Amino acid sequence: MPSIIGFYSLIFGFFSSLILIFFSIKDYKNSNSLDKKIFIFSFLQFLFVIISFFGLILSFVNSDFSNETVFNHSHTTKPLFYKISGTWGNHEGSLLLWLLVLTSFIYFFLIKSNNQPKKYRILTLLFQEIIIIGFFIFLIKTSNPFNYIFPIPEEGLGLNPILQDPALAIHPPVLYLGYVGSSIIFSSALAATTENHLSKEWAKHIKIWVLISWIFLSLGILLGSIWAYYELGWGGFWFWDPVENVSLMPWLALTTLLHCIVVMEKKLILSSWAVILSITTFTLSMCGTFLVRSGILNSVHTFANDPERGVFILIFLFFLIFLSLFIFFFFYKGDNKNTNSFFLLSKETSILVNNWFMMYFLSVILVGTTYPIFLDVISSQQISVGPPFYHKLIIPFLIPFLIAMAIGPKLRWIKSGIEDKKYLITLFLISLIITILVVINLDVKFLLNTVLITSALYLFFITVRDFFIKKFSSFSQNIAHFGFSLLILSILFNNFLTTETIVNLKVGETHTTEKFKIKFEDVDQLSEKNYKVIIGKFNVENKTDGRSDILYPELRIYNQPNIVTSEAYIKTNLFLDKFITMNYVQNKEHFNIRYQTKPLMIWIWISVVFISLGGLTSLFKKKHES
Amino acid sequence: MKLLRFMLVILLICNFNVLKAENKNLEIKINKNLRCLICQGQSVHDSDSEFANSLKILVKQKLDDGYEEEEIYNFLKNRYGEWILYEPKFSKNTYFLWLLPILMFVVGGAIILKLFILKKN
Amino acid sequence: MKVKFFPSFLFLILILIFLIFYKGLNKSNIYSPDNIIEKKIPSFSGKQFYNNLYITSEEIFDEEKFYLMNIWASWCVPCREEHSFLMKFKKLDGLEIIGLNYKDKNENAKTFLSELKDPYDLIIVDRDGTIAIEWGAYGVPETFLIYDKKIVKKVIGPLNDDLFFEIKDLIK
Repeated sequence: MPSIIGFYSLIFGFFSSLILIFFSIKDYKNSNSLDKKIFIFSFLQFLFVIISFFGLILSFVNSDFSNETVFNHSHTTKPLFYKISGTWGNHEGSLLLWLLVLTSFIYFFLIKSNNQPKKYRILTLLFQEIIIIGFFIFLIKTSNPFNYIFPIPEEGLGLNPILQDPALAIHPPVLYLGYVGSSIIFSSALAATTENHLSKEWAKHIKIWVLISWIFLSLGILLGSIWAYYELGWGGFWFWDPVENVSLMPWLALTTLLHCIVVMEKKLILSSWAVILSITTFTLSMCGTFLVRSGILNSVHTFANDPERGVFILIFLFFLIFLSLFIFFFFYKGDNKNTNSFFLLSKETSILVNNWFMMYFLSVILVGTTYPIFLDVISSQQISVGPPFYHKLIIPFLIPFLIAMAIGPKLRWIKSGIEDKKYLITLFLISLIITILVVINLDVKFLLNTVLITSALYLFFITVRDFFIKKFSSFSQNIAHFGFSLLILSILFNNFLTTETIVNLKVGETHTTEKFKIKFEDVDQLSEKNYKVIIGKFNVENKTDGRSDILYPELRIYNQPNIVTSEAYIKTNLFLDKFITMNYVQNKEHFNIRYQTKPLMIWIWISVVFISLGGLTSLFKKKHES
Repeated sequence: MKLLRFMLVILLICNFNVLKAENKNLEIKINKNLRCLICQGQSVHDSDSEFANSLKILVKQKLDDGYEEEEIYNFLKNRYGEWILYEPKFSKNTYFLWLLPILMFVVGGAIILKLFILKKN
Repeated sequence: MKVKFFPSFLFLILILIFLIFYKGLNKSNIYSPDNIIEKKIPSFSGKQFYNNLYITSEEIFDEEKFYLMNIWASWCVPCREEHSFLMKFKKLDGLEIIGLNYKDKNENAKTFLSELKDPYDLIIVDRDGTIAIEWGAYGVPETFLIYDKKIVKKVIGPLNDDLFFEIKDLIK
């Protein structure tokens, strides 16, 4: 029943979109205030998609296996929470989530933009509707979440147990609010270009949407990394896997856009950057969807290897690219009132420098992710592009970038001197001295790492100083930049100080190293709802301070599907994470034990929260002002 | 003279330990650069699959036999193709891969310089 | 003039990228290192299964005939499925079947063979899997057809009817 309602609701939603487009075009030319019917139908469009979405959720909750999607991705023994999250953990359901975000954002945009010019609002709506119609067609034609199968199977094929994790369950909705939410910025920028509405008012108005999208995207990426760390068992949180890259690229574009919008609010410059970046962000989101769902790339979580779907997305993606570029070249009029060049030492230039570096980082990731495809097609050679590539090209450039981040905000508009900024030099020297001490004591190799620590520390000190001196003015910028410096510092120190011990042990055996004594005390077997588990009990003694921890890594044997997973046991505190996994060793009674100590791990997560907090405070400051 | 010999022995022992540690580090470095071919996106170092474990043993054997890092990579590339290496070699196949971003950086910088900073007033 | 040039140039590049992605969609991305055909067999040495004596690859592949080397293990389920084909191969003349027992326990392997019969003329033990790596294999089962110290054909996964006849034809 819910599936039938879901399906018809989807169809009604599609027709609402068509009617909405009709009324919008009709209302475009006349000069009255926005036709009420437009509000009504955009609400209906949104409502029908929500109903459809709930129809799918209910089908999952009821284990309605007459629905093909539910059959493929669920099981009666799945816990309720994961039955619900299974709704969006598959290709069809996640596309319905796309539609949900697309239709909700345009509705809320309409009701919140009453102070904007009417034609601009209608055009934003129309551009967004192009995207929405495209997804409706894609969904109904190739990826229907409400396909009926008969005879109705008794049991579903089950959800992958690796996906049964709280962080992963909420990761898609959060990520999509960011990722898909950038559609409204795309539509808005195109509309503003066409209507020549690229002004400070537009920047002020669109900033909220940019912030919302940016905050959710940051948190979505954070959740994905946290999941990878806790669930995948290798102790890492970022592997430069294509799917990860595909979420990072829009984030980089969006962050750069945010900076341009902030500038545009005050001075009407860089509007071309704003438009191009708005287009780029959503384009990268669509591109990411293409890369992940079409099967063109090998990756950890490609959804559906379906070239037919891939062709649709590819054509749709390039259609949007051509459309937006056409609009830009045809309609964009530069902000030619201000044709003076920028002085080298000015806020304007520092924003440009920021854009320059961010676009470089973006191009590294874009080239690295897509190059294997090009090479394969052109010369049938298959290569891998992995972490070493990204590290080599990104890390050296982080050094000037961090320093620019520290100094940039200090520069004044138009022209700046550095007369009264002695503290800039003092703090730099302090950073340098601390770095040298650190490097000597921790036996860190390479000059590069040394300079990197210095520049990260520099940004850290500058932002901390700013907080105490300037308190809450430009607080959002401060806390976000502070968060970024913290992120780099915690990643660096985590990297330098992480230890790993790998050994094969039988129950009762002990392994001693210079720093640790690992005793395999016991093993226990239990039965859970949908898996059997072998729990190891390990006593790990730290020789330096004599303290011991008891750790319980697990091996889980699932019956549906029939796989074995290794669950890491992680003991976290503010300073250190203790991370242990155990695995079978073929043909032996031993277990392979991996014990890692990972300093400052939790600060990596906290720093991203700080960065997002910067966006959040900016959002509330705006609300307070208006 | 005896002191000198004594110091030499100590030096050798210290270096030997350092060498052993460095060898272990090199082993880890190589394993991290190798793709586990039967896993979905994991390095040989991180993976616990049969293939990864065998490969770890082989890398250690080769290092003990005196192979250099590059020679081990070539050995494996011969059998499994370039795909097994995470760091793409800088060869004629990958010039664009490594140079395109740098090119974009330089060109981007030049464009920015010309359009915004060195404008004719 | 420059303004007009740039968009058309961009347009062309985008069309090119579109075509490459389109073509990329239709390519298979199951990676198979098939660069091994016509390659010389690796040089290795291993312990024999039954008598524990070492033997080298030179000694094994010394004659001018076809060899079929099959990587198997008692814990490998598809190996059971392909076993009947190996027994069929055993009946053919001019073909010597070498088994590479991959990461197995001798007792389990012996049980496997006594249960299903032993199709191999010679079995080498690859306890840690490194000999398989010499051959560029990455799992079980895999089978190699060898002639004149070169790899003529490589099969990844279990043998089946089509492959059986294909190999049979090659041997003739």
